[in-house]
Order: sequence, then structure tokens, then C-alpha cells
Amino acid sequence: MADKVSGATDQFDFEKQKRKDEMKQQVITFALMIIFTIVAFAMVEAELDKLFVIPVLLVLAAIQVGFQIYYFMHMSHKGHELPSLMFYGGVFAAFLTILALVVLVWW
Amino acid sequence: MSEQDVLNPEQMPHDPEKATLEGKNKFMGFWFFLGGETVLFASLFGTYLALKDSTNGGSTSEELFGLELVFIMTMLLLTSSLTSVYAMYHMKNHDFKKMQIWLGITVVLGLGFLGCEIYEFYHYIHGEHFTMRSSAFGSAFYTLVGFHGGHVVFGLLWITALMIRNAKRGLNLYNAPKFYVASLYWHFIDVVWVFIFTVVYLMGVL
Repeated sequence: MADKVSGATDQFDFEKQKRKDEMKQQVITFALMIIFTIVAFAMVEAELDKLFVIPVLLVLAAIQVGFQIYYFMHMSHKGHELPSLMFYGGVFAAFLTILALVVLVWW
Repeated sequence: MSEQDVLNPEQMPHDPEKATLEGKNKFMGFWFFLGGETVLFASLFGTYLALKDSTNGGSTSEELFGLELVFIMTMLLLTSSLTSVYAMYHMKNHDFKKMQIWLGITVVLGLGFLGCEIYEFYHYIHGEHFTMRSSAFGSAFYTLVGFHGGHVVFGLLWITALMIRNAKRGLNLYNAPKFYVASLYWHFIDVVWVFIFTVVYLMGVL
């Protein structure tokens, strides 16, 4: 019985250490997101060429959202196959919706 | 293991939020819901993009938006996203007290964001006379940003309710999925905000 308990505690300590390492990654992710945000605002403040800034802004936003979903919301973990499918299904419909509405007023 | 058992390190399941069938279902169902929310916000974003130049002779986005406040709001919401990651980190370590503290910080940061947004809208309406009825741009702007603000209000009420409701119960397999799902919702609010500050504010002043 005593063995069993200490085994469970070892396992717990192992998991705990693993989570601690993961938490460090999360903080790095957060730092990167802050940097991307600052770069995005700085680019707009610097009044660079519109045709250059807009695509870069959208790419920065997409990367930030990717970080948020894969790390903060743990989609990179195992067992997220169906959630990914549903979420990307939503993203696909979202893309079509925005495309349709924007193209309607394009000209 | 019963779902009412208070968790301790000796008998911990690997992922407390997914240890019961109900937890698994909540986790799955909530991601399905987020897929639907994505489409909902896409329709609002699409409407905004289509109508943002229809100002009816009134204020344009360049005249209205200032980036300082938006930058502060972005930092508040982004940081609150990290603090809710911390809360879930402590949940997985079965440290109920620390989880509550980090959720509390998340709520405070969320309230800060909400305060800035209310100030912003108040300033537009009373200072600039820019309202929902001013133009198609106004309608689209307040619908999109207001809907996001509504999500923030709901998220704050949700997390606060969970914190108060479970304050004496401690962490168990019954409420771990509830906390986890609420944190997913909070992250999603930040995901939407990333696109709002990019598409509405940054692209609006370019």
C-alpha cells in the first residue's frame, strides 16, 4: 500500500515537472504574442505603404491566433482531432462568409 | 472514482477536465460551439468590411480611432489570456487556491478591458456624436465590437459565478470541466479581439 502511494506520488511529480516545462513554453508564447502586437502597432504608427502593411498585419494576426489556439487552448495536445475538425470547419465557413460579403461590395 | 471526490495528488486522474464522460462531452461540445462562434463573428466581420466606407457623410474610421487606448485594451486582454493559462496550470496540479487567485486576476484584467471599451464608446457617442444610427459604418462597428464586448461581459459573469459557486467545494471532477471550458471561452474572446484590433482599428487608421 505504501509502495502504491509513493508510486502515485512519483508519477504526480513527473507530470508536475512536465507541466512546469510546458508552462515555461506558454510564457515564451505570450512574450512572442506581445512582440507581434507591438510590431503591428508600430508598423501602423510608422505610416508605411498600405499595400505592404495590410498583408503583414493579417499574417501577424493569423500567427498570434495560431499560438493562442495551439498553445493556450492546448490544441497541440493529443485528443483534439474532432475539436480541430469542427473548429477548422467553422474557419472554412467563416472564410466563405467573409469572402462573399467582401466580394459583394468589391466594385 | 466518483465525480464528487475532491482531488489530491495520490489519486489524480491525468486530465481532471476529461476524466469523466460528462467532462469529455463538455470538452468536445464546447469546441463545436466555438466553430459556430467563428462563423458568427465572420458574418459580423464581413458586414463590417463591406460597410466600413459607407459613412453617410459622418465620421470616418481615420477620424475616430486612436491607437493608444486600443493598445492598452489589447495588452489587458492578452495578459488575461495568459493568467487563465496559469489558472488551468494550477488546476492540473490540483491547487484550487492558486487556480482561484489566477482566475481572479483574469477577471480583474477583463474588467479593465471592459472599462476601457465603455469609455471608448461613451467618448464616440457623446464626444464625436458617432452612434449606431449615424451611418452603416456606425451600425457595423457597434454590432461587431459590441458583440465582442458582450462576450467579455458574459465571460466575466461566467468565470465569477464558477469561482463563487465552487469556493467552498474545492476542485473535483464535477467542476474541473466547467473551469476548463470557461477558460477556453476566455481564450476565444482574445482570438476574436486579435482580429478586431487588426481589421477594425489598425486597418481603420491606415
